[in-house]
Amino acid sequence: MSRTIRLTVNGQPHQLEVEDNDLLLNVLRERLDLTGAKYGCGIGECGACTIIMNGKAVLSCLTLAVLADRSEITTVEGLGDYRNLHPLQQAFLEEGAVQCGFCTPGMLVSAKALLDENPNPSEEEIRQYLRGNLCRCTGYTSIVRAVQKTLKPAAKESHPKI
Amino acid sequence: MKDRVIGQSVPKYDAGPKASGLLQYADDFTLPGMLYGKVFRAKVQAAILLGVRTERAEQLPGVHAVITAKDVPNNNLRARFGQSTDVGGQFEGLYRVLAEKEVRYYGEPIALVAAESPDLAEQACQLIEVDLQPLPGVFDSVGAMEPGSRQVGEKPNNIASHFKIRQGDVDQGFAQADVIVEGTYRVPYQDHAYLEPESGLAWSDDDGTINIRVSSQVIEHFREVAEILNLPHSKVRYLGTWIGGGFGRKEDITVESYLALLAWKTRKPVKLTYTRAESLLYHCKRHPFQMEYKTGATKDGKLVALQARLISDCGAYSALSPWVLLYATVNAAGPYQIPNVKVDSYAVMTNTAITSAFRGFGAPQANFAYESQIQKLAHILGLDPLEFRERNYLQTGEAFATGWIYERPIPLTELAQKAWSGLGPLGSAEGGRKLGRGVAIGMGSYGRLTFLHDTSRSYIKLELDGSAIIRCGVPDVGGGQGHILCQIVAQELGVPLERIKLHITDSQLTPLAGTTTATRQLMMSGNATLKAANELKKRLLIKAGQLLNVPIENLIITLNRIEVESSRKEGVSLVEVINRLSGEGEELFVEAQFNAPFTDIPASEVLQGQTHPDFTFGAYAAEVEVDEQTGQVQINKIVAAFDVGKALNPAIVEGQIEGGCIQGVGYALFEDMAIHNGVIQTPSFAEYLIPTAVDVPDITVILLESGSGVGPYGAKGIGEPPMVGIAPALVNAIEDAVGVRIADLPVTPEKIRMAIAQKPEGKR
Ligand code: FES
Ligand code: FES
Repeated sequence: MSRTIRLTVNGQPHQLEVEDNDLLLNVLRERLDLTGAKYGCGIGECGACTIIMNGKAVLSCLTLAVLADRSEITTVEGLGDYRNLHPLQQAFLEEGAVQCGFCTPGMLVSAKALLDENPNPSEEEIRQYLRGNLCRCTGYTSIVRAVQKTLKPAAKESHPKI
Repeated sequence: MKDRVIGQSVPKYDAGPKASGLLQYADDFTLPGMLYGKVFRAKVQAAILLGVRTERAEQLPGVHAVITAKDVPNNNLRARFGQSTDVGGQFEGLYRVLAEKEVRYYGEPIALVAAESPDLAEQACQLIEVDLQPLPGVFDSVGAMEPGSRQVGEKPNNIASHFKIRQGDVDQGFAQADVIVEGTYRVPYQDHAYLEPESGLAWSDDDGTINIRVSSQVIEHFREVAEILNLPHSKVRYLGTWIGGGFGRKEDITVESYLALLAWKTRKPVKLTYTRAESLLYHCKRHPFQMEYKTGATKDGKLVALQARLISDCGAYSALSPWVLLYATVNAAGPYQIPNVKVDSYAVMTNTAITSAFRGFGAPQANFAYESQIQKLAHILGLDPLEFRERNYLQTGEAFATGWIYERPIPLTELAQKAWSGLGPLGSAEGGRKLGRGVAIGMGSYGRLTFLHDTSRSYIKLELDGSAIIRCGVPDVGGGQGHILCQIVAQELGVPLERIKLHITDSQLTPLAGTTTATRQLMMSGNATLKAANELKKRLLIKAGQLLNVPIENLIITLNRIEVESSRKEGVSLVEVINRLSGEGEELFVEAQFNAPFTDIPASEVLQGQTHPDFTFGAYAAEVEVDEQTGQVQINKIVAAFDVGKALNPAIVEGQIEGGCIQGVGYALFEDMAIHNGVIQTPSFAEYLIPTAVDVPDITVILLESGSGVGPYGAKGIGEPPMVGIAPALVNAIEDAVGVRIADLPVTPEKIRMAIAQKPEGKR
């Protein structure tokens, strides 16, 4: 059965006809041309498809598109583009945290969700939060360093707001 | 000229597009009217293939093509190796596109389908029927070597290749030894587990040229694909994408032969992306090896003899197995001075998953064995393991076991000491766990075998506004293979990085640069680009010299300018020089070719002399905590020290070391691919565990820059060498912690617990 859903993706409102069993990852990639979120496993084990839905990090390969009705979604494309990078993206560039880059969109989105929840995470908290995002290239050292780099000194004294 | 860009950790060319989610990987690309491909595979390990019935699948509405072996113009190819020279039978295997007459392994492709949706393609596969007569499978590589074992492949016995090293006289050597240790080591399959599954999209042009946009480390496979289709080489074109991780697995043909066949048959665009399960179950792995070692030393700590027998399981088709075996053989004795060495190595065919290239390419396997032996000898001799190694490291001017006299620095003493002292003061273990430390060294080659006569080409063009375009057919797996060319051009020609456009991996429009394998691209395409840049630089300097009336030796190129070195205010803009040259009809482009060092093709299976352009040396030190009750290992610290020649971009170099190290940690401790009778039992990342962010520590990287590499500016290759050395370092640390030494990777908690339980009383 198909249904109409309305959702906001990266600030843009959309109205779409989707099938009951359409996955959000495929809808984003194939219908909205937002190919930033990646297919890495399709069964919730790699994190490459991570997006933010209503403020929470979500695996879009496990999420039915119909559940995204009336939701607010941020994908990596919504963080910033190359003319106007988000501080996390900038830090990933500077720290060499992007190798093949296939995990990067999901990793960035997870890191954004982490900082939204906890503006001052410890290294351990960063690693714990990112444990669902596999990276086969970097060994994680540079990724953790990049996230840490965006923590403003003020934030380290546990002031909110990043 | 002083280093301005070289040596700087500037962000990579591709990092911004990747971090913004805009870079198009293979699966991100679509074409109107595109079909979806699917591979139908055997669900049996060994059988006679009596027939394939595809009528029902073909009749399913929405199915555009079903292809079996009989439809493939040239289904059986002599497998070659990218752009290699003809090097004879020992190195060849069979590349069979689709199973015909027989099935040799579980998952072997039998048919291809193209349909209007992925679901339809899947349904069509379910309608394909095969008539099979099962055969007894051959699953044990050691047993498969025995005469009388059932023949798996096209060769009369199951030994796909055999290499030897003969140096001195091992019998005499062991006679001089005061201590001899023997050991049998087993290293497992490993999956590349890159995040991007195999993927591509192919279409046929108006003139019938097959275009394949694919994630591949070797765009030169256009030649094989053309031969499969019986087309001229010029009618197959690869458009390589930026690769979402390769690690060697995208060195062999993956989906592209299937895509090409389906696009050729249907005349429509066809896309094929593997599921993670397809990737894990059916594509090639790292070779498991069984390695029997015997190493002898005198009581004053000098190595006198090493004998090794290496057996690798190469699966049902040999793929790159002979080459991997050759590398393992060359590495078998390590960077040690041992007067008497005898090595025999075998790649053996079985009815098991295909094994082929994987980062390290035979070196990590041999390294685990020779370093384990060194550690055991040091213990028996009562010598500090570092000191024992120091007495035996190969020195500049001495010969490797193949007899190749090595004239470059081998700073292993310094590297190992730096790694070891980098661990800092001993930590304290928590909760009754035991603390331990270990160190190990290693070497890894860079550049392809010298007898392959490797070349790479690169093209640079200066634009009238002082910007530049690079065209180089270099596949980029994420290690900065493309980007570094921009840094070289920026350094040499004064063009700002952000004004350089880079074109990679179009097999018809970018000069062919060879494979992104064998840690060769920095040396090969880096040198080709540097050569082209130097030629252009000469033209710029001559013209600037004329304009400024200064001899060119006094000129330097800086950002956007050419200046007089002694009075930097005197100068001329790059744009002006370029425009003068252009106005005078001078060429503002150069294509250059770099040739690697060449040697002769080996005359026999006895490996002699130089085989590789060079080696990269490194050392790892690790501190672990081991829980004696559960066998759980926690890694507290890892320090890596490598001589990288020169770090052209330190962040990229460190990233290669960190990533290779953690892939090696997975190999050593976690990655346990279950295979039962040739069938892989680990179809997802829930069963096949690769390291996550919480499993691994921060890695400290120490770079040594000897300037002695064959790459541009004295750089060495660093892509693969970091896979080498970490496994024995961890095993040494675990032994230091709990007194048990594991000879079979991965070192799982169960193996540690078992070994502790069996430990004779009184041992520590
Ligand atoms: S693709 Fe969603 S978790 Fe892997
Ligand atoms: S950068 Fe390649 S998987 Fe993370």
